[in-house]
Amino acid sequence: MFDSLTQRFEGIFSALRGKGRLSEADVDAALREVRLALLEADVNVAVVRSFLARVRDRALGADVSKSLTPGQQVIKIVHEELVNTLGGEVAPLRQSSPPQVILMVGLQGSGKTTTAGKLAKHLKSKGRRPLLVAADLQRPAAIDQLETLGRRVGVPVYAERKSKPARVVKAALKEATRAGHDVVIVDTAGRLQIDDALMKELADIAKVAEPDETLLVVDAMTGQDAVNVAKGFVEHTDLTGVVLSKLDGDARGGAAISVREVTGAPVKFAGVGEGLDDLEPFYPDRMASRILGMGDVLTLIEKAEATFDAQEAEKAAEKMVKGEFTLEDFLAQFQQMKKMGPLQELLAMIPGASSALRNVEIDEQEIKRVEAIIYSMTPEERRNPKIMNGSRKRRVAAGSGTSPQDVNKLLRQFADAQKMMKSLAGRGLAGLAGLGGWRR
Amino acid sequence: MGSAEVIVILQIVLAVLVIAGVAWFVVSRRRDDAALAGAPAAPPRPRTAGRITGRISKASQSLGGALRSVFGRGALDQEFWDSMEEALIGADVGVAASTDIVARIRERKPESTDDARRLLREELEAELSGRDRELNLGSKPAVIMVVGVNGTGKTTTIAKLAHRLKADGKVPLLGAADTFRAAADAQLRTWGDRLGVDVVGGQEGADPAAVAFDAFQAARSRGRDVVLVDTAGRLHSKHNLMAELAKIRRVLEKESAVDEVLLVLDATGGQNGISQAQVFTEAVGVTGIVLTKLDGTARGGVVVAVERLLGVPVKYVGVGEGMEDLVPFDPHEFVEALLADA
Repeated sequence: MFDSLTQRFEGIFSALRGKGRLSEADVDAALREVRLALLEADVNVAVVRSFLARVRDRALGADVSKSLTPGQQVIKIVHEELVNTLGGEVAPLRQSSPPQVILMVGLQGSGKTTTAGKLAKHLKSKGRRPLLVAADLQRPAAIDQLETLGRRVGVPVYAERKSKPARVVKAALKEATRAGHDVVIVDTAGRLQIDDALMKELADIAKVAEPDETLLVVDAMTGQDAVNVAKGFVEHTDLTGVVLSKLDGDARGGAAISVREVTGAPVKFAGVGEGLDDLEPFYPDRMASRILGMGDVLTLIEKAEATFDAQEAEKAAEKMVKGEFTLEDFLAQFQQMKKMGPLQELLAMIPGASSALRNVEIDEQEIKRVEAIIYSMTPEERRNPKIMNGSRKRRVAAGSGTSPQDVNKLLRQFADAQKMMKSLAGRGLAGLAGLGGWRR
Repeated sequence: MGSAEVIVILQIVLAVLVIAGVAWFVVSRRRDDAALAGAPAAPPRPRTAGRITGRISKASQSLGGALRSVFGRGALDQEFWDSMEEALIGADVGVAASTDIVARIRERKPESTDDARRLLREELEAELSGRDRELNLGSKPAVIMVVGVNGTGKTTTIAKLAHRLKADGKVPLLGAADTFRAAADAQLRTWGDRLGVDVVGGQEGADPAAVAFDAFQAARSRGRDVVLVDTAGRLHSKHNLMAELAKIRRVLEKESAVDEVLLVLDATGGQNGISQAQVFTEAVGVTGIVLTKLDGTARGGVVVAVERLLGVPVKYVGVGEGMEDLVPFDPHEFVEALLADA
């Protein structure tokens, strides 16, 4: 996400980084680039203007730190202002007495129904008892879609095929109380913010539902119009939050900045894939770091923490530093890594790697071949590849459906990579000193 | 790339992950220490939502009327040109195209703001002129694939297109090759029932290429004129899903030419539309664009950049939820709407 904006900032600030002092002209030159980057990222023109004014004021203002170079200062201000604009901190769902009612609203095709399903799964995994409500009686088969999603996540769906949305919601709330559901997620029809009749319908639904949360689902690919959409929904509903959907694409996602600035409502979740697990809390600081090319290390750490066995990881790291990391270790760690998600996504989160490996396509077939080759080796061979002679290589090649050349190449590259890992791991652990400050 | 390169990348990623795992402990330990030591956390900068909202609404009001005020004034100064550029960017035309268009108008040295306004329309219409926007229905049954990212309105567009074709005396058949999204098949069937048009589908999770193939075979054996193949929405950045789409086209081409590949773009979308058009064109050879949701406040200016960069013409625009709300793209009308504030 935000890839191109990241690229852009990397370019701008690598030019600034070398400078000793920062003049007003420098700031303005940098901000011109920032302006272009933000506009190309689909941040609304008016929002860009006010954002830049804030950054400029601060950059030229009094709070000059002695510990930073002028270049670092501008980066820091742009970063902080981005974090602020994106909402500052992670915004959780509001607490309320059960049943908590969550209303999903938005334009057609923004991803309300899918997000409702994901949210139901998310809440269920936290021990809640959600009920999904199909209040989209507009789009053909919207009810079917929600029912299918409900089945997949194991959450009941309340629906009435021939009815009015407000009536459905009313009955659903009764059902929720009866059946002991502590959270009710209402999926509504997509509507244009300028469609008065449908916006009135939404107000009627809200009157009945008395939602604790009204979440506007916004497509991360939205352009300049994000501002108008957000304003329209703010006018007609009590928005309490935003969900940014389809953030797994390559959209620069400037809409997040526009919507947040117009509504003042925090972005609470981000949709990051088609799977029903692919809903994450929205982290403004991580997102800003990512925009600025600092990578998304925190998400990576969190994923790693959830997947890897800590002691195993520490052992593996130690082996890496000592250069004792074998193919066997590789295989074991790799199996863990696969649980964290597609390699391409993981790559994108690594600082620096995002620019170096931006154009690398990871072919899952190739990964399978690598695995096949290693699996075809005996444990002893994996621990000590030096014993691989011609006949062993031929056997492994035959076993994995590859050629002896492939096996050779893999062994050679592994040896090279081992050296690289050794220095990378060493440096990485040394670099941890600065990491503590990233977390808030 | 070969296996050898993959393993290097895998190892780098692994190394970083393992470091990350260890880092977690270091950091959380350090954080605990800090908490014990009572280190103060930086207070968040106070800001009120109302203040921001007020500022923006004022700002965008002035933007909404940007062109009006631009053209209302007499002076052809830098401010005038900047606002013209911003107005274009505000309509999603994009930075590069907007800068370029404004530069060309300046080169033509208009004498007044009115003159500049006339030239802007002229330039934009020129950008969009000289393309064949007719639907190509060469073979029988003609094959039309409809593709795009999630939520742009592919299925609805197919229904509207089928309605148009019927009105032209053609008999269409719909292929429900979106076997991924929950109930996508049901959505298309509902439309099929309303239109009185056959729908050929498959099980959820079935191979979409096989469904498309079945639909084509059914259309041929039943003597239908056109088969419209609905595909699952997919983000163009998902390599494997784009490969799947290319396969659908390849499989269809075993039996017949694919006459049209229509990319559905959401007018609400911004500059990402360029990237969508590029990648979909590379993968399946897009022959035309359908710009949907133009009935909202979005202007859909990104198609100016798309036509200029790729030469793929916009063929239809979606202007509402009704069956009739799919109309041929008219550059003149489009430009008028794009500059509605002028």
